[in-house]
Amino acid sequence: MTSPRPTGSSVGTSTSWEVVIGLEVHAQIVSNSKLFSSASTQFAGPPNTQVSFVDGGFPGQLPTLNRFCVEQAVRTGLALDGQVHTVSSFDRKNYFYADLPTGYQISQFFHPIMTGGHLDIEFDHGESKRIRINRLHLEQDAGKSFHDQHPHKSYIDLNRAGVGLMEIVSEPDLSNAEEAILYLKKLRSLLRAIGSCNANMEEGNFRADVNISLRRPGGALGTRCEIKNVNSFKFIQQAIAYEIDRQKTLLEASQPVVQETRLYDPSLGETRSMRSKEEAHDYRYFPDPDLLPVILEPSWIEEVRASLPELPAAKQKRFMETYGLVYYEAHLLTEDVSVAHFFEDGIKHLDDPVAGPKLLSSWILGDFFAKLNKENLSIDASPVTPSMLAALISLITKEVISGRIAKEVFIHMWETQKDPLQIVELHNLVQIDDKSLIQETAEKVLADNPDMVAEYHQGRDKLFGFFVGQTIKQLGGKANPSLVNSILKTLLSADRN
Amino acid sequence: MSNFSSSELLTLTGVEALGLLKKREISSSELLHAYLSQIEKTKNLNLFITQTPEEARRNAQESDQRYAQGNPLPLDGLPFAHKDLFCTKDILTTAASEILSNFTPCYDATVVAKLKEAGVTMVGKTNADEFAMGSSTLTSHYGPSINPWICAQDQDPLVPGGSSGGSTAAVAAYAALASSGTDTGGSIRQPASYCGLVGIKPTYGRCSRYGIIAFASSLDQAGVHTRTVDDAALFLTHMAGHDPKDATSVKCDVPHYPDFLTGCLKGIRIGIPKEYHHAQLDTDISHLWEKGIEWVKSRGAQVEEVSLPHTALALPTYYIIAPAEASSNLARYDGVRFGVRHKGEHEDLNEMYEQTRGKGFGAEVRRRVLLGTYVLSSGFYDAYFKKAQRVRSLIAQDFTQVFSKGIDFLLTPTTPTPAFSIKTPPTDPLAMYFNDVFSTPSSLAGLPAISVPAGLSHKNLPLGLQLIGSPFSEGPLLNAAKALELEANFTPLPLQNVYIPA
Repeated sequence: MTSPRPTGSSVGTSTSWEVVIGLEVHAQIVSNSKLFSSASTQFAGPPNTQVSFVDGGFPGQLPTLNRFCVEQAVRTGLALDGQVHTVSSFDRKNYFYADLPTGYQISQFFHPIMTGGHLDIEFDHGESKRIRINRLHLEQDAGKSFHDQHPHKSYIDLNRAGVGLMEIVSEPDLSNAEEAILYLKKLRSLLRAIGSCNANMEEGNFRADVNISLRRPGGALGTRCEIKNVNSFKFIQQAIAYEIDRQKTLLEASQPVVQETRLYDPSLGETRSMRSKEEAHDYRYFPDPDLLPVILEPSWIEEVRASLPELPAAKQKRFMETYGLVYYEAHLLTEDVSVAHFFEDGIKHLDDPVAGPKLLSSWILGDFFAKLNKENLSIDASPVTPSMLAALISLITKEVISGRIAKEVFIHMWETQKDPLQIVELHNLVQIDDKSLIQETAEKVLADNPDMVAEYHQGRDKLFGFFVGQTIKQLGGKANPSLVNSILKTLLSADRN
Repeated sequence: MSNFSSSELLTLTGVEALGLLKKREISSSELLHAYLSQIEKTKNLNLFITQTPEEARRNAQESDQRYAQGNPLPLDGLPFAHKDLFCTKDILTTAASEILSNFTPCYDATVVAKLKEAGVTMVGKTNADEFAMGSSTLTSHYGPSINPWICAQDQDPLVPGGSSGGSTAAVAAYAALASSGTDTGGSIRQPASYCGLVGIKPTYGRCSRYGIIAFASSLDQAGVHTRTVDDAALFLTHMAGHDPKDATSVKCDVPHYPDFLTGCLKGIRIGIPKEYHHAQLDTDISHLWEKGIEWVKSRGAQVEEVSLPHTALALPTYYIIAPAEASSNLARYDGVRFGVRHKGEHEDLNEMYEQTRGKGFGAEVRRRVLLGTYVLSSGFYDAYFKKAQRVRSLIAQDFTQVFSKGIDFLLTPTTPTPAFSIKTPPTDPLAMYFNDVFSTPSSLAGLPAISVPAGLSHKNLPLGLQLIGSPFSEGPLLNAAKALELEANFTPLPLQNVYIPA
């Protein structure tokens, strides 16, 4: 399925540079308690209310591994088609900072729980590209520092300290910002589908560091910079664009790119140096003597694999094959697992298994999404349920109402949560299928507009739409549009003759 | 009040005291009273960082009530001292360091909690080397403890050994009936040997490390100092056991150790590792070692020479691994959340760290943190830490091979010399580290080892012999120690001979 795409060289004004991007994603594990303590992981609690003595790095306190977090990492590793290792272990990454209570972060440096996965990203035109994943490892998050609350004091919130993260490291297989965003969206969708991470960038539980370098096509890899603190898709796109420009300017002036960590400043739209290689921490990794290796039974790993839900890529394929959806529709419906569930819940209530699914899909992606966006609601908070929407679709496929009337019914349904048929009856919106009534009305429309009819016969085909519209309007918008069409066609061709 | 004088009370062993308490011939309160008086008398030995007489009196009264009601706890009323490395709820816990000189934990170490549940009465927290780094208590922020043993001729005050030197000196000076210790490379066994006590370091994972201020996590293990092997078996029974709060503690049943103590070694094979015949071994000690061999033989053991070929590498390996882990374990003492923060203006966070840690840690701790930081640094990791880990496996393999050939225990000296002078300690850190030469190999291999007081030097200073066993062989190991104890017929320091400086 993978077709290598001409990469990166299309970026910017110069075609002589190839962009090489690798992403490190920190995905917070959905778990009630932290990776090595029983403290809560609830988001946005009052500062320092979710801190155990372990998280605070108190003397004599010891970490004990949260098995649930291990299971989530294994599920994610399997979903990424990686090799989940039966033996992995924890190491200490040592550095001093005020929001790192123990002076080290417990991570998996030497023996990560998973290596060698991949994620296939898909472009609008249906082509795909395989992005290799180097590793997934478990580690704990640090606390948060606040430097802007007081003129000369910093504040520390340790609620986040010790929360379990999966660090998912891609190979440098991405060639531009578009691919980076596609990769992140795909990963987000996968994590949400298996439920191992909520992947909300705004809540900081899905964070990406971008490694980026430029090289001559086919040449050796250039010196890379790591951009941190890019916490939205928009900022990632901007940061990559800025960084490509910056590096290109340097290289074209024959100046070296310095290996360093850079921070993206969204207010200025630029990256700036955070620390150079010389200032880089020497993390002094070594095996954490407080923790035993994680040993997994191969049979247990297989049980976990078997219990994984259907993954977005498989779901997308199935939607296309089963429901006759096009790539674009299936992709949008499966990107968010709750949308996919909404769609499949609706399918169960459809009357017409052939025309229904396609219509349901276009309704979800059309009017329904538009309304959700307008009301700023998540799909789970929608007042219109899958069965209600399916009932509305069935009214269309049974030709009880027209698609046009359905839009009106949908608005009533949204506001009142009433059954669509009830709404149709209440507002007398049933479609008019009475051929003689339609014929009578159409004849009248043509008779009232002799000039237009003349123009139509002189070749202004577009006026046909006007006649249709007028006829439907005369019938209170309820006329069956296909009947109006065919009757008008017959009348007009008879008229010409 | 009973008919027992305070010196009679103080010289009771734990087993004897429990017997009299159960028969209600003595009370917990009067036993405690004798100890509190002795603590007061011996205060110039600088045994305790914190004394807890009020809590102790309250506990002793509760203990007496339990005896009166006929439902005493297994160790009810025995006066006990904890090394100040064990966290004690609501009681100052300093690790003998300035940086923790204001730290009061909100939790008990598991070992402390278990002993509390078994009914011991804690009399206080004993002095030690700072963060357990040392062999003398000379590195304590609170000044050194003094060994209650002294050479009659030269009257030169001696170190009690370390790092658990306050704990061993306290038991030797009758200021506690028994005391806890921690052993990373010999910190229970060496001071026990210097103070004429029994000191057992159980298998790594036997006692929980939860609540013990960490020095080197892969080596630290809690144990106990007592005047007799019987008492060691009794106390260890109530300290050991699996703890879900310590991932490295092992799920393995704890037997009632006193049941093993027959003193019979029939069918037991004891190995004498030839590599322990060290050139710098004190002649008093090599003579004692020879006697020890005869003693175990007379108890029925078969003795044979064995080889542990990587022994000479143990000390350098230990002094890479232990400081490496320590450099990371001690990073949390940064003045941010607890402990002493350096007072004054700081340019930035880094300066606050530098001032706090530079002034809050003593010279030996700083030395080991620097050493540990160096051996873990990128570019040096493979040459030092990684290699040391490999050598550590080889050292452990040496022991495994010997035990797999049917050897039950190894008999060695505990230390290369008797206690040394406080005034003229070795000035070269390496000479000081040499104290650990016989204790570090078993620490690196995680094996249980016990020091048994077995004789006196020509200056009448106590000397210990060490027995090393296979993992979780504490029961039979204590029995072998019992056999040595019976044969050595060692007399603990008489109460009236306890040295108390003016």
